[in-house]
Amino acid sequence: MKQFWKSMLGSPSGIIGLVILLLAVAVALFGPMLFPNSPWRMVQRPFLPPFTLGTVPLGTDALGRDVFAGMIFGARVSLLVGLVSTLVALVVGIPIGAMAGYFGGRVDDALMRFTEFFQTIPSFALAIVLVAILQPSIYSIVTSIALVSWPPVARLVRGEVLSLRTREYVQAAIVTGQSHSWIILREILPNALSPVIVLASLMVATAILLESSLSFLGLGDPNLISWGYMVGAGRTVIRQAWWITVFPGIAILISVLGLNLIGEGLNDALNPRLSREGR
Amino acid sequence: MPKRVLLGLLLACGLAAPALAQEPKTGGVVNAVIQPEPPGLMLALVQNGPTQMVSGNIFEGLLRYSPKLEPQPELAESWSVSEDAKTYTFKLRKGVTWHDGKPFTAADVLFSIEMLKQTHARARNNLAQVDKVEAPDDYTVVFTLKQPFGPFLGIFEVGSMPMVPKHLYDGTDFKTNPYNNAPIGTGPFMFREWQKGSFIRLVKNPNYYEKGKPYLDEIYWQIIPDAAARSVAFETGKVDVLPGGSVENFDVPRLSKLKDTCVTGAGWEFFSPLAWLWLNNRQGPLADKRVRQAIMFAIDRDFAKDVIWNGLGKVATGPSASTIKYYTDDVKKYPYDPAKAKALLKEAGYKGEKIRLLPLAYGETWQRWGEAVKQNLQDVGLNIETIATDVAGGNQKIGDWDYDIAFTYLYQYGDPALGVGRNYVSSAIAKGQVFNNVEGYSNPEIDKLFADGAVATPDSERKEIYDKAQKMLVEDVPVAWMLELQFPTITRCKVKNLITTGIGVNDGFKDAWLDK
Repeated sequence: MKQFWKSMLGSPSGIIGLVILLLAVAVALFGPMLFPNSPWRMVQRPFLPPFTLGTVPLGTDALGRDVFAGMIFGARVSLLVGLVSTLVALVVGIPIGAMAGYFGGRVDDALMRFTEFFQTIPSFALAIVLVAILQPSIYSIVTSIALVSWPPVARLVRGEVLSLRTREYVQAAIVTGQSHSWIILREILPNALSPVIVLASLMVATAILLESSLSFLGLGDPNLISWGYMVGAGRTVIRQAWWITVFPGIAILISVLGLNLIGEGLNDALNPRLSREGR
Repeated sequence: MPKRVLLGLLLACGLAAPALAQEPKTGGVVNAVIQPEPPGLMLALVQNGPTQMVSGNIFEGLLRYSPKLEPQPELAESWSVSEDAKTYTFKLRKGVTWHDGKPFTAADVLFSIEMLKQTHARARNNLAQVDKVEAPDDYTVVFTLKQPFGPFLGIFEVGSMPMVPKHLYDGTDFKTNPYNNAPIGTGPFMFREWQKGSFIRLVKNPNYYEKGKPYLDEIYWQIIPDAAARSVAFETGKVDVLPGGSVENFDVPRLSKLKDTCVTGAGWEFFSPLAWLWLNNRQGPLADKRVRQAIMFAIDRDFAKDVIWNGLGKVATGPSASTIKYYTDDVKKYPYDPAKAKALLKEAGYKGEKIRLLPLAYGETWQRWGEAVKQNLQDVGLNIETIATDVAGGNQKIGDWDYDIAFTYLYQYGDPALGVGRNYVSSAIAKGQVFNNVEGYSNPEIDKLFADGAVATPDSERKEIYDKAQKMLVEDVPVAWMLELQFPTITRCKVKNLITTGIGVNDGFKDAWLDK
C-alpha cells in the first residue's frame, strides 16, 4: 500500500489528476452550500457577459441564470452520474467476467455471447435509445450508461481470471476442496483487480462524457442542471454569448482530463513491471 | 412593440416609406423558407401550418380577410345577408379558371363543401349550422342556416374552406387522387415541382383573373431543417423571406439589424395564436380554483414576453386574444405577485403535493419557457417536476389527461364561437383529442353562454354574452393564459406588400412584388 501511494504520487500525472478530482469532489460536495440559490433561478438580466458583475462572475445565460452556479451544481450531477454508473457497471461486469473465466466451457460461451451482444451495438446509440424509451431522468441515465459500459469490464475480468485460474495457488485451493465462491472471491479476484481499477477510473471519465452528450442532445434529466445541458442549451446562442457554452465545456474537459491522468497514474502504480521499467 | 419594431425598421430602411406609393414592378423570383416541410399540399386534406403557407397561394377561398378580419372579396365578388340572418347569398366572380383551364363555377363550391365535410374536421364543425347549400345559377351560391350564426362570414378563409376542382375530384377516392401531389387551384400561383427535402417551386398563373397580378414570376419555398442554418441562409442571401416562427426568437434582433431587412409582427390576426398552460382541473391540488389562481399570480409573464420572446407578443388577459371579436379586458387581473400566490396556496391548504409539468417540444424557445415557468412556480412553493417528452408523447399524455400542467398554443380564428368556446364548454370534453376541453372544466353557465353567443343577434347582444363568459372564465382560471404570441416575419425590404391580410404570408404572394 505504501508502495502504491509512493509511485502514485511519484508520477506527475497521478498528482495532477488526484488534485483535479479532489477539487471537483469538493466543489460537488460543498459548492451548493455556498450557493444556496437554485441554479435555475433567474438572477440577473439575460446574456450578461462574464467578469462584469461580482455576483455573477461567469455571466448569465439566455434566461438570466447564473452560469457559475450552474457549473457548481452541474459538478454534482456529472460526478454522481459518472461514479454511480461506473459502480453499477462494475457490479454487473465483474461477476459475469469472473464466472465466465472461472467456469469456462459452456458457461463461458453463454456469458461471452451475451456480452458480445451488447458490444456489437454502438454504445452511444444504445444509450440514446434506452434513455428515450425510459424517459429522461437521472435514474434512466445512470441505468443506460451502466448498461452500455459493463461489457469491457466483463471481458477484462474474464481474461485476468482465465490466467490466474491456472496458477498453482488456485489449483491448490481447488484440491483442498474450497468452494467455488470462496476461491473466486478470496483467491482470484483480489489479484485481478488492479487493471480493473485502472479501467474504472477511465470509465468514470467516459460516463461523464456520455452524460454530457445525452444532456447536450436534450436527453438529460429536465429537473437537474448538468454541464452537458448547459452546453446544449447555449449552443444555439453561441454567436451572441460564447460564455454560456465555453465555461461548462472547460469544466467537462478538465474533469475528464483529470480522471484520465488518474487512470494513468494508477496504471503506473498498480502495474509493478511497468513502473520498475519506467524508472 | 411589434408596431414599434416595424416602424423603426421602416424608418431604418428609408426606402420603405416612399415605397408605399410606388407602382408595383412585375417579375422576379422570391425565395422563402418553409418550416417544417409540409406533409402534403392538398389543403382540403391536410391543414398543417406549413401546408397552408404554401397552398394558400395555390388555392383560394370565397373570401379573404383584412388584418381587422373584415371579409373581402376573393372568389366571391359580393355577398348579401337576408333580413332574418339565416340566408347568405354569394355572387361568384366570373371568368375564373382552374390552373388546368376549366372554368370555376358554383358547382365547384357545392362539391368543395361536400368534400370538406368528409375531410376537414374544422370545416365540418363550422358548417354545422348550415341547413342547405344551393346554386340557383352557375355564379350564385345560397347558404341557408338552421338558425342565425353570428360568425358565419368568418369561415370562408382559404385554409378553413379551400375551393377544390370538382372535375378532378368528383367520384374519386380523395385520399389517393393523383392531383393531391400536384394540386390544381384557382390561385395566383401554380404548383410546378417539389424536390422532397429541398424545395417547393410555384410559378405565376398567367391567366389569373385579377389583371396584372401576381407580380412575381416564381416562388421557391426552401426546406432547411436546422434553425441556425435558416438564419444563415437569410444572412447569406439564399432566402428573402423568413415566415413567422422559422428562426429562433433570439436570432430575430440580430437578423433585424442586418442591412435591408424588414420585420413585422403583422399577418397573424386571423389565427391570433394564444399560448396557455393546460391545468388539469380534475385531480390533485389543481382541482382547487385558488391553486389555479395562485399559478396565474406566480408566473412572471412580462419576463416571458421580454426575455423569452424578445419583447414580441402581448400578455394575455383571458381566453380571447385581443385581436379577435368581442375581446374585453374588463376582467380580473393577474399581475406577477408571488406573495399573493403564496397566500392563496396557503389558504387552499396546499401541502407540497407533486405537480407534473409538460413543456412543449417545439424547440429552444418553448424549452426555456418551461424552465422559467417551473422556476416561477417553485418560488411560491409549488413542488414541480418537469416531464421530458417529444411532441407525439406530449400530445398523447395531454389527450389521455395524464398531466397536471402542460404548455400549448392554439389558433382562435377571429371569433369566440369558432376558436374559443371549443376549449371551455363541457360538450368538448373528449378523451384522446388534444385541442378541445382537455382541462376538464365543466360549468353549465359557461356552456349556456357559449351556446347562446354563437347564435345570438345582433352583435351587441353577442358582445354582452361573451363579456360575461370572459369574466367568468378569468375568475375560474380553467387554464393559465400566458401570451398572445406574435411570430415576426423577417423579409428583405425589397419584397414589398407581402403581408396585406389577416393570414399574412399564407395568402400574401398574390399582392407581393419585388423592388429591383
